[in-house]
Amino acid sequence: MFLAAALIGAAAPAGAETITVTIEKLVFAPAQVSAHVGDTIVWDNKDFIPHTATGRNHEWDVTIAAHHSAKIELTKPGTIDYFCKIHPNMKGQITVE
Amino acid sequence: MRALRIGAALAALVLGTGVALAQAPKPTDPQIAHIAYTAGDIDVKAANLALQKSKNAQVREFATDMVRDHTAVNQQALALVKKLGVTPQDNPTSQALVKQADENRAKLSKLNGAAFDKAYVDNEVAYHKAVDSALQTTLIPSAQNAELKSLLETGLKIFQGHEQHAEKVAAALK
Repeated sequence: MFLAAALIGAAAPAGAETITVTIEKLVFAPAQVSAHVGDTIVWDNKDFIPHTATGRNHEWDVTIAAHHSAKIELTKPGTIDYFCKIHPNMKGQITVE
Repeated sequence: MRALRIGAALAALVLGTGVALAQAPKPTDPQIAHIAYTAGDIDVKAANLALQKSKNAQVREFATDMVRDHTAVNQQALALVKKLGVTPQDNPTSQALVKQADENRAKLSKLNGAAFDKAYVDNEVAYHKAVDSALQTTLIPSAQNAELKSLLETGLKIFQGHEQHAEKVAAALK
């Protein structure tokens, strides 16, 4: 029981939030989000083509299939600019405190 | 220069000086649908050639993206014309595009290795620029149906993304 609780605790720290960024017509919305370490960012792709959310610092590179979502957990503070590798005109930013 | 020729039909469309649209300055929705579909199909064929010939990982990744995105856009276009009961209408602009693309692909197919990669990617930059211009100045403003216009607008954003992607690959090849 203790182990299970610890695992759950590790997966979802107290107060951690899930922040959704919608992708529609090749726009990340909201383009800028503020979050805390431990929060999860979900990209919800409403387009009929896949996109990526690729951190310019190469810390993460997520592919979001058409009409699907994908997520990452934020593990350290900082401001991360990201873009879509397939359509580099799509840009976003996450500030992690 | 090869890269520029492929866009000549679209450039003519943009400038309005081409034979293609001399008699019809504003293409109709069935013609626009045909031109947009044709332009996408041309890029898929060029990408398939690149996947046959290129061994460069970045070029292959780009070509894979082109096949997938342009196929998806064309599927959306086909679904839309079906829903609207519109039959895409062949026209001189589409015919000129196909003719130039066929010639261009024949030239590309004679190249190999780094020469092929460079010619293909340079052509992709020029081709997407020409398509984006045609969409912005002629096809989108001329489209009457709101759903067709909306799909063309989404297509424009996708192709502008491809143009930037192609420019990055071109810069990496230098």
